[in-house]
Amino acid sequence: MKSAVIVFPGSNRERDAAAALAAFGAPPALVWHRDHELPRSDLILIPGGFSYGDYLRTGAIAAHSPIMASVKHAADRGVLVLGICNGFQILTESGLLPGVLLRNASLKFVCRDVHLKVETSSSPFTRAYNAGQVLTVPIAHGDGNYFADEATLKRLQDEDRIAFRYCSPHEGGSGNPNGSIADIAGILNERRNVLGLMPHPENAVDPMLGSTDGRGLFQSLVEALAA
Amino acid sequence: MKARVHITLKPAVLDPQGKAIAHALSGLGFDGVKDVRQGKYIEIELAPGDPKQAEARVRSMCERLLANPIVETYTIEMSA
Repeated sequence: MKSAVIVFPGSNRERDAAAALAAFGAPPALVWHRDHELPRSDLILIPGGFSYGDYLRTGAIAAHSPIMASVKHAADRGVLVLGICNGFQILTESGLLPGVLLRNASLKFVCRDVHLKVETSSSPFTRAYNAGQVLTVPIAHGDGNYFADEATLKRLQDEDRIAFRYCSPHEGGSGNPNGSIADIAGILNERRNVLGLMPHPENAVDPMLGSTDGRGLFQSLVEALAA
Repeated sequence: MKARVHITLKPAVLDPQGKAIAHALSGLGFDGVKDVRQGKYIEIELAPGDPKQAEARVRSMCERLLANPIVETYTIEMSA
């Protein structure tokens, strides 16, 4: 698997993403946002952070960086694109994924482990999981409150494009940390080669970090790209 | 030429910041605050030219970058 991680001014999880990819045998090329061309890649990862200091709206300015035109072309060709946290915000702002991420309903920056339910195993990002499996993965964001209009939401549901939902390990609990509509934590595009999610699977790949539940996502990518 | 752009969340979108401000205002003893919506105000200095064309360009700026049409609306005021 050949991978690339895009770096914007204000990105801060690119090394974590690179370390996770390296652990799965795919040390990535780090690509600066001002570049126009991507190295040949099977996977493009847009990492977390605060690109452009979250000015205007999270991800709004990064979405118009020179490199994003190449990312869109690659996505159109079927290359896998994974946006984590700020990367998810950049993907919605650039139109690669529908909807938008608003300020957390609590107005607080939330940094803790959450429970995630894998909603579909039918994607190159989730095939190593079982649908319904519950994961423990950290989040760290102030704007993770996913919003989409009713028609978009219905399409996401009907087309099995909700990849992850926040859930509670307790019966009847909510587990939604940010007010996201329908508890959405991650979604796929129509072609299922673009995934955006707010939680950080790259920070849950080593027992030292408290959880290894994020490994399934990287394992999925390895399997999908070997297939 | 100057463009003044106001960007606000659409009425159907919950505005937690506006809610927090409304709370704080009633905490300060300001009665009768029924609702607060927070938005953005952007001033753009433009080179002199045809006002109609300039407004069309500012509209395009709003659509492409300044506002997110999924959740926001905007108004434009042009002045010399």
